[in-house]
Formats: sequence, C-alpha cells, structure tokens
Amino acid sequence: MKTNHIAGLSTILMLAMVPQTAFAMHIMEGFLPPVWALTWWLLFIPFLILGVRQLKQIVSQNSHQKVLLALCGAFIFVLSALKLPSVTGSCSHPTGVGLAIILFGFLIVPVLGGIALLFQALLLAHGGITTLGANGMSMAVIAPVVGYLVWITTNKIGLRKDICVFLCAMLADLATYIATAFQLGAAFPDPQFGMWAAVSKFMGIFCLTQIPIAIAEGLLTVLVYDQLTKRQLLTISEH
Amino acid sequence: MKKTVLLLSLVIALAVLPFFINHGGDYGGSDGAAEAVIQQLAPDYQPWFTPFFEPASSEIESLLFTLQGSIGSAVIFYILGYYRGKRAGHANHR
Repeated sequence: MKTNHIAGLSTILMLAMVPQTAFAMHIMEGFLPPVWALTWWLLFIPFLILGVRQLKQIVSQNSHQKVLLALCGAFIFVLSALKLPSVTGSCSHPTGVGLAIILFGFLIVPVLGGIALLFQALLLAHGGITTLGANGMSMAVIAPVVGYLVWITTNKIGLRKDICVFLCAMLADLATYIATAFQLGAAFPDPQFGMWAAVSKFMGIFCLTQIPIAIAEGLLTVLVYDQLTKRQLLTISEH
Repeated sequence: MKKTVLLLSLVIALAVLPFFINHGGDYGGSDGAAEAVIQQLAPDYQPWFTPFFEPASSEIESLLFTLQGSIGSAVIFYILGYYRGKRAGHANHR
C-alpha cells in the first residue's frame, strides 16, 4: 500500500517535471528489445496482409475510390512530416490517419501508415525497421480502431458531421501516442515501480505534448473533409 | 470559405501559441531526448540495431522531410484541383 503511494507520488512529480523535453515521435531504431520488436512485428503482419487485401479490393473498384485512397495516403504522408511545436516546449508530429479511417475504415490504414513509416525509417532514420512493427501497431492499427469506434459512435448519437470528423481524427492521434507509451512502458518497466509507473511516465511526456497537436490534426482533417464534400467527392448518403 | 479560413487560422494559432508560453523548452522533441528517458529507466540498455542510412546533417534531414511533405501536398492539391476544375467545366457546359 505504501509503495503504491510512493509510486503515485513519484508519477505525479515526474509528470510535473518531465514535460520539459519530450520525444513524441515514433520509437527509434534499436530501441525496443528484440523480443518486443519481434512481438509487435508478428502482431502487425496479419493487419498488413488484411490491409493489402482491402487495398486490392478498392483499387479494383471505380477510379473515384482510387483517387480518395491516394488522397488519404498523401494526407498521412504530409502530416507525419510536420513536426509541430507544442505548448510543452517540444515538437511532435500528427499522424493523419483520421481521414483514411473516415473514408475507408481501419483496415486500409496499416498499408498507408506502413508506407509513411517505411519512408521515414529508411530515409530519415526516424522510427526504424526493427521498431516498425511496434510503430505500425500503434499508429496504423490501434489508433485506427480507436478512431473508427469514435467515428461510429459519434455518428450514431447524431453529432454534426464535422464534429464527428474532428473527434475521430483527434482521438486517433492521441491513441497513437498512448499506445506508444504502453509499448515503451512494457519494454522498459520502471526498475522500482514496475511497468505502470513507466507507462504513466511515458504517457505524461507524450500526451501533454500531443494534445494541442492532436487538436490541430483534427482541425486539418475537418478542413480536407469539407473540401471533399464541396467537390462532391463525398456524398452525405455515402458516408 | 469562411470556415476554411477559420480552421486554418486555428491551426496556425495552435502552432504559434507555444512560442508565447514561457516554459523554457528548446523545441527539441528529437530522438535524443527519447534515449535519455529510456536510459534513465534501463541504464544498461544498448540499442541493438542502427539505421541503414542516416541523413548526413540536419540540413539534409530537413530536405528529406520537406520532400516528404511536398510529395504528399502535390498529390492532395492535384486531386483537389482536378475535381475543382472538373466541377467548373460541368458548370460551363450547362
């Protein structure tokens, strides 16, 4: 019981002190122990396969869908290149997966996200090949599932369309970094206070930095969604 | 149009706002800071794999980041422009 208190207190202290520097980025090359790197890769691969199947299906359909797919991929590409300053005094980048979730559901995102992650891992030494499984799971599987659930629920309760879009994109962005905090916390548990202390420590770093960026991502997604509706690329009945 | 401008200015405000808050941050957010946190939790941990290719300098890195952004924006604006033109074309025919 006492250790719990200490753990809690130290977590709060860490939350108060740590946000000076944050690395809200993807997990770097070599920074997951081999067991974890492999585990996340093995989890990611089935989703990648499902994604490729979904991709083939979409491409075989009409060109209209192909265009939207390209747009979603490009949106992820652009947003993951934008390192934005955050109120915590460090930079982080959005993920851009929200648009793809809204237009195609979560199954396609592993492929689109995987392409962006691969580009950054190979050419920018940002993220990594060994950690691509973990980064893919957080950004292109877990976050899209969260975003999709948000999208479905907000639509069901009948919120305004642009608010649904905003919430879906924003929460998917946050979910990416929450998942990353869990991945790092599980791989590097706090020697004294265990995994949860480590998770909440990583969470404190990630989420504080990420909140304003997630909001920006939500707004940008609404902007593009509006443009698509304006060009009748999306009809209300369709989505 | 009004909404687009509003959304854009909100995004810009979110990006500029941090500079008006005095928090002593250095806007690093780079991978170096990550190492520090992990090494604090697991001092003995050694990265077991290094990237095949690392940009030669921060200039080259920003070049590649710009390239990534440009490729993406090119696709987005091509598509948006294409459909805008198409719609305008339709309007002319009517």
